[in-house]
Amino acid sequence: MPENRYAPVPRPGQEHFTAPVDEGGLGAVDAVSTSEAPSSFWRESWGEMRRRPMFWVAAAIILLVVVVAAFPGLFTSLGPRQCTLAQSLAGPQPGHPFGFDFQGCDIYSRTMYGARASVLVGVLATAMVIVFGTTIGAVAGYYGGWFDTILSRLTDIFFAVPIVLAAIVVMSVTTNRTSFSVAFVLALFGWTSIARITRGTVLSVKNNEFVTAARSLGMGRGAILVKHVLPNAAAPIIVYATVALGTFIVAEATLSFLGIGLPPNVVSWGGDISKAQNSIRVAPEILFYPAGGLALTVLGFIMMGDVVRDALDPKARKR
Amino acid sequence: MLWYLGRRLLQVIPVFLGATLLLYAMVFLLPGDPVAALGGERGLPQAVQDQIRERYNLDKPFLVQYLLFLQGVFTLDFGVDFRGREIMDVIASALPVTFKLAVMALVFEAILGIGFGLVAGMRKGGWFDGSVLVMSLFVIAVPTFVIGFVLQFVVGVQLGWLPVTAGRDPGFRSLLMPAVVLGAVSFAYVLRLTRTSVAENLSADYVRTARAKGLRRSQVTGRHVLRNSLIPVVTFLGADLGSLMSGAIVTEGIFNINGVGGTLFDAITRGENVTVVSLTTVLVLIYIAANLIVDLLYAALDPRIRYA
Amino acid sequence: MTTQFPVTSGSPLSDGETRPTEQPLLEIRDLAVSFTTAAGEVKAVRGADLTVYPGQSVAIVGESGSGKSTLAHAIIDLLPGTGKVTGGSIQFDGRELVGLDRSEIEHLRGRDIGLVPQDPMSNLNPVWRIGTQIEEALKANGFQGGRRERKERVSGLLAEAGLPDAERRARQYPHEFSGGMRQRSLIAIGLAARPKLLIADEPTSALDVTVQRQILDHLEVLTRELGTAVLFITHDLGLAAERAEHLVVMFKGRVVESGPARQILADPQHPYTQRLVSSAPSLASRRIQVAHEQGEQSGELLARHADQEATRVPDVVVTRNLTKVFQIRGARPGSSVDFTAVDDVSFSLKRGTTLALVGESGSGKSTAANMVLGLLEPTSGTVEFDGVDVSTLGTKELFAFRRRIQPVFQNPYGSLDPMFSIYRSIEEPLRLHGVGNKKQREARVRELLDMVSLPQSAMRRFPNELSGGQRQRIAIARALALKPEVIVLDEAVSALDVLVQAQILELLGDLQDELGLSYLFITHDLAVVRQIADSVVVMQNGKVVEHAPTDEVFDNPREQYTRDLLAAIPGARLEGAELAG
Repeated sequence: MPENRYAPVPRPGQEHFTAPVDEGGLGAVDAVSTSEAPSSFWRESWGEMRRRPMFWVAAAIILLVVVVAAFPGLFTSLGPRQCTLAQSLAGPQPGHPFGFDFQGCDIYSRTMYGARASVLVGVLATAMVIVFGTTIGAVAGYYGGWFDTILSRLTDIFFAVPIVLAAIVVMSVTTNRTSFSVAFVLALFGWTSIARITRGTVLSVKNNEFVTAARSLGMGRGAILVKHVLPNAAAPIIVYATVALGTFIVAEATLSFLGIGLPPNVVSWGGDISKAQNSIRVAPEILFYPAGGLALTVLGFIMMGDVVRDALDPKARKR
Repeated sequence: MLWYLGRRLLQVIPVFLGATLLLYAMVFLLPGDPVAALGGERGLPQAVQDQIRERYNLDKPFLVQYLLFLQGVFTLDFGVDFRGREIMDVIASALPVTFKLAVMALVFEAILGIGFGLVAGMRKGGWFDGSVLVMSLFVIAVPTFVIGFVLQFVVGVQLGWLPVTAGRDPGFRSLLMPAVVLGAVSFAYVLRLTRTSVAENLSADYVRTARAKGLRRSQVTGRHVLRNSLIPVVTFLGADLGSLMSGAIVTEGIFNINGVGGTLFDAITRGENVTVVSLTTVLVLIYIAANLIVDLLYAALDPRIRYA
Repeated sequence: MTTQFPVTSGSPLSDGETRPTEQPLLEIRDLAVSFTTAAGEVKAVRGADLTVYPGQSVAIVGESGSGKSTLAHAIIDLLPGTGKVTGGSIQFDGRELVGLDRSEIEHLRGRDIGLVPQDPMSNLNPVWRIGTQIEEALKANGFQGGRRERKERVSGLLAEAGLPDAERRARQYPHEFSGGMRQRSLIAIGLAARPKLLIADEPTSALDVTVQRQILDHLEVLTRELGTAVLFITHDLGLAAERAEHLVVMFKGRVVESGPARQILADPQHPYTQRLVSSAPSLASRRIQVAHEQGEQSGELLARHADQEATRVPDVVVTRNLTKVFQIRGARPGSSVDFTAVDDVSFSLKRGTTLALVGESGSGKSTAANMVLGLLEPTSGTVEFDGVDVSTLGTKELFAFRRRIQPVFQNPYGSLDPMFSIYRSIEEPLRLHGVGNKKQREARVRELLDMVSLPQSAMRRFPNELSGGQRQRIAIARALALKPEVIVLDEAVSALDVLVQAQILELLGDLQDELGLSYLFITHDLAVVRQIADSVVVMQNGKVVEHAPTDEVFDNPREQYTRDLLAAIPGARLEGAELAG
């Protein structure tokens, strides 16, 4: 390198300049903040969610629906099956804010009682899907090898059968139709997505250096899976499960609407929508109440899914 | 690329066999005897029942039944139903309408979903993004059959813009409203997927490089942001064709379309198990084929996959 | 050729020639850049001044978060997200850039100011061919000429950037290229329209050291021929001083010192610059080198190597003919190819000393480390720990063995479980090995935090609340929890900023003296090795190239590859007089 590369005299604007040493906090290059409260991943996510108005809207909807589903009697004194044919399609009157349906049943009380079927099927199906899907996905992703090959093929097979189609076929030949059996059938064909998500996340989490560190401590494989891998793979599962709850509720309503979901003696929004369809030209507003209840419930879970996704998304949180 | 294609084709075979076996088992192993239920309340004489069982191989062990059924699938001969119609003809008369409906729905959701999603993603956090996002939430939350009834009532009955029901051999106009209803939920998903994908790609390093090269904004958007964002969207759309075909059952019911849904439902209520299994097998085949096409599309769109 | 871009500039500036009447090409005055976040406005750059003359090379030096990249991106209006210029001026070629509208700045980009970005892996669009992406740059900047001429020009540019067989290369996709080849393509894109100024944002920091060196050399020759001014953005003071004539040192968004490179290096004024000059591994390594050449024993050298000469120390880890073969999937389904990651590797680590395992990516150094840790079964060969062959250990003995050797990994973001509090992370090894009761374990965690110079209050925190350096201290504390004899440091300081890196190295040295630890120090960075290691194993393609005491490797490298690695340390060209002590 020739010595004359550096200009002997700096050019205008390039003279040696030193900033005053007044600020910049040079003393501690790397200090731990001791002022704020410690914040774990979950606590931070909670802080993130709490700030979004949409979270509170979704939470209020879900809370309302769940309370109605658990204690419909708190909201209406009328039973859903106290019907007088004389009142068929009668409009709203005092004590009957939504009016009456074709069979003369009080629509308000049926809408309240209908929540139970939807929420029950949704929660049951989601719980089953989490158990099936997470187990299969985690085992396939974590242990790899033959486990992975076989379980992944199994997932592919179940994935190749569209859920609504499979549910229609199975439910039409099922004689014992209850909330549990509907939920089971939905879960039987709905676990594949969660298994794929879990497998993918577990695959990426298990390559983390903290997993290698745990191995070099002599921790067993199963213990590492439970203690380190699964907690770190939980976020996308939770996000998916929240949204899935909404879609299972829609699926149940669709089956009941087709007449192959819950039996007619169970009060359900899907069934009521199906009945309301018959009188849509005369009294279209009857359709609105069960449909509204259904839409509101699903909206609550889907909005919650959105908020939870934003709060748990590792990409959005990394700085 | 050829190896990739070959490997994917090989993987399809066990999936197809597994899925059909699953469906077949569900229909034939579950309790309930369709033959006994055939004659209504009184039932058919035992001799007739036995004759029917023999004709449909119902007297043979389950696995043999399944293999005979598979043979039918590969020779495109599903046999005849209880009413003596060739099941192949039944399927052939129902499939085209549903296919037409599903393709129309797909085009609808693709064009509007990608368009809205692109604009929303480019200006994430703006008013357009906000309103589109709320709209998509509502579309997902309100069940298809409710959207169907409302549209039918408002557009068809009250405004009289489009036919209320489709009827036999429906044309483009009659299928327009059903297609929108069928594609509504997927439209919302396409929109959201495009939006996220666009917003993510917008901050990708290679997009910044493209801008630093001096490309105009429209060029950056088209050649880099949109092109790369389409990879997951096209994947979704391809797979959705299969779901739309099997999910058309509700829409077809509302608009009185004689498609796969109606035929399947009819077969279910009549206890025509062979028809049910054949029809669902065809739908599963379409579903698998759609997913295979998705993989090929994926490889075509993303050069990294081709050599994987 | 009917191009409007000259292949070389008409009159490149000869070195050191000053023209008093010359106007600056780029003149930044009092620039302020802010980002809007949920917490409010964050000032990323404050009152920054910078001047670049035509054909000159200037470097901005700073650690992560210093605002150096933000400053560079502000010039061509490519600030990410909510970034905005909030004050000051940017004059380019006599024209104010702040407040230009979009089409004007688009016109300027590429044509007048080119950019070579940081990470070659993410800066090329994976779905377009390399040639297409270069063609875009030509088309966007008014290249005159038809399709054929454009293709020819693309090949010319690639060849010029140092890619042989350019025509074929242009038809390939980015994923078919190595990191170095991608970076060359990005240089071709940056220089495609012959800009007057090229902003090179850490253009080689993601690459192997020898490739780094080649590319920087090439870039230097190229820009000098073309008369292009270069604005380097770098964290490496040694690299900056070697490549640029004018330095701008940034810290926390401010320019703390600027001036002629040689002057700043020899006589840094600002305390931050002083610390940077004394800590930069490349410079420190060079200082020792210069001292050696002048026959002096440098102080830093003596301290670390004194006691080992006196006594014969026993080996604690010995590997013999260690080999690891992986079966990787071949091009055809079902076929597999043997890949020998570690090939007949033998080395020994003396108790209480540091052995550095040096090599570039793919050299097999981490695979070797994993076998030493007992995490990977060797295909053949043995690892002996304290005289015992590790492969003969039973389950119980293996569990006990794990207490004696512990790792610290590279990535400070991946080495701690984000769901575990710091306390749980450090306590985990104790609990797993049944050490003490709850109270004793807590006391031990506090003691360990003291050892790594972190406040005890840190144990209630979670990893995401700590900086990279702090996490690495926690990882060291966790590794120390079981009082191991050997610690495997797998690129343990590579991801850290210079000053933090110096602190951690110092901590490691102190702990070694205090606890008699032995270190297996795995790194790609020879400069760091000089400061910490007693002996060095140089690896290439799975094989040991050289195994010798540190001084010998640095002063008398036997193999060409070692010499290449040494030459690749930035600052090798700096003279002794230019290095402040």
